[in-house]
Amino acid sequence: MVPISNSTDTPIIIGTETEYGISIKNAVERDPVAASTLVVNVYKDSNLKKITWDYQQETPFVDARGFISGSENQKPDEDENTIVNDVLFNGGRYYVDHAHPEYCTPECTNARDVVTYEKAGDLILHLSCMAAEKLLPAEQEVLIYKNNTDYKGHSYGGHENYLMSRQVEFDDIVQGMIPFFVTRQIITGAGKVGSENGSEPAEFQITQRADFFETEVGLSTMVARPIINTRDEPHADEKAYRRFHVIVGDSNMSEFSIYLKVGITAIVLKLIEKGVVGDQFNLVKPVSQNQIVSRDLTCKRNVLLEDGRRLTPIEIQRLYLDLAHKHLQPHEITSVMEDVMAKWEFVLDQLETDPMSLDQYLDWVIKKRVIDAFIERHNLDWLDSRVRMVDLQYHDIRPDKGLYARLKKNGRVHQIVDHAEVVRAITDPPTDTRAFFRGSCLQKFPEYIRSASWNSMVFCTDGSSLDKILMDRPHFGTKEVVGDLLKNCAASELVEAVLSSNANKE
Amino acid sequence: MASEKQKEQQEQQEQQEAPAQDHTDNVEPKDEVTKKGEEIKDNLDQLLDEIDEILEEDSEQFVENYIQRGGE
Repeated sequence: MVPISNSTDTPIIIGTETEYGISIKNAVERDPVAASTLVVNVYKDSNLKKITWDYQQETPFVDARGFISGSENQKPDEDENTIVNDVLFNGGRYYVDHAHPEYCTPECTNARDVVTYEKAGDLILHLSCMAAEKLLPAEQEVLIYKNNTDYKGHSYGGHENYLMSRQVEFDDIVQGMIPFFVTRQIITGAGKVGSENGSEPAEFQITQRADFFETEVGLSTMVARPIINTRDEPHADEKAYRRFHVIVGDSNMSEFSIYLKVGITAIVLKLIEKGVVGDQFNLVKPVSQNQIVSRDLTCKRNVLLEDGRRLTPIEIQRLYLDLAHKHLQPHEITSVMEDVMAKWEFVLDQLETDPMSLDQYLDWVIKKRVIDAFIERHNLDWLDSRVRMVDLQYHDIRPDKGLYARLKKNGRVHQIVDHAEVVRAITDPPTDTRAFFRGSCLQKFPEYIRSASWNSMVFCTDGSSLDKILMDRPHFGTKEVVGDLLKNCAASELVEAVLSSNANKE
Repeated sequence: MASEKQKEQQEQQEQQEAPAQDHTDNVEPKDEVTKKGEEIKDNLDQLLDEIDEILEEDSEQFVENYIQRGGE
């Protein structure tokens, strides 16, 4: 029996963060901060406003390369955020980040759940808009776009997070992931009309974000964005884990795109934990090749590797998939991972044959098909404002006005999850991570909770003393373990039971 | 702009050109994909009608006024 390295035993934990574009139609003046605050504050799946996010558990300035950044300009202001921080019944978060409403999914164990909870976020935003509009003059309407750019050089993010073993060298992640990300976009891109940020002109490109990435590795997410972000803020036991924070991706409308994006990335990170990727795919000038790949709608233009090989993005993705087939042991492959690998292969085959054949699967292809037809019908060129409007409105989250939503309603795009599941996920946390404990406590004991964060909750059950429950293991606090306690205990009994169980583990 | 007839011919041609594909397990069979693709083409005109109906009016001003602050 081959011994299994500890480092591959890290549980799969994935979550995404979406910053939405926001605009109020017919507003007298543009104030995105006020608009975002209105939208977030008006949403109530609860009466949770007195529960604040616990910033003491967050260290966003710790760099994965091992130093603390000097710049604290972006540090969240606790007073300012108290009123605009909401912990959701589903275990996720909903708050104002800079000038955007931001939704974070709860921690999920698989790509399918990520799709469900990310789509639940879109519904939460839609519910918020409907509630907000009741407070606005009749002619005004809140518009929310799940995209990443205003086409004028301002980008906002759709980030992914993956739990990893702390034992993995960060350099191994950098080497293994840069070529993966540069080529992954042929699957994950959301499509964009035009180019911006001073980059090469394009009629249409595969990603919204490639124009904004200017360096290979770094801590910043706002200027000179890096392909590999080094934020080291695990929201978990930092000796055991790191949280790999991915900022290079697009926000996706297509369920299939979200599913493969997080599914294949989690698989490749497993391969890196196993040490089987190394430097074999190192690219020459990855930042500029990232933009070149984004502009090649055939997906067949060669990418140059440091060892002299010239491979297409499809071929490089196929080599990563081959590594997964070769190195993942049967017991490590969950049913969702198996399905992800099958769909990954299917997509690469279709891209090889004809990328446009994926016009019901991948965002960029779906969008390209619609825009091509629109241009042909109205005899337009790519610079026409109506073409850009179609691009933007593809990301409109309104079920009746969003173009992706219309495609979905008419059965023209491939679904991964049922709508009923998505609706349930607005309030029901996943059952197999600590999000279950967080979300369930918020629903059952809101009056006893003083604050919550990803890895802690503070209770006050006797009216005076505070008890802090640390949740350092994202895969603990599941329904299987705490479900009965939550069902049967009073708040004080629950807190006592969990604290003594935590103490015993130490 | 192409006449209805030209469009029809073009669609037929595209349908004929769709490559014959093998059946695979695990994922949707590719002939299913091709079939669905054909349905989508048939329905594209209907979708374009819908887009014409719901697309924000005065797109030039709308797109120009859509300005966001950088985030993240």
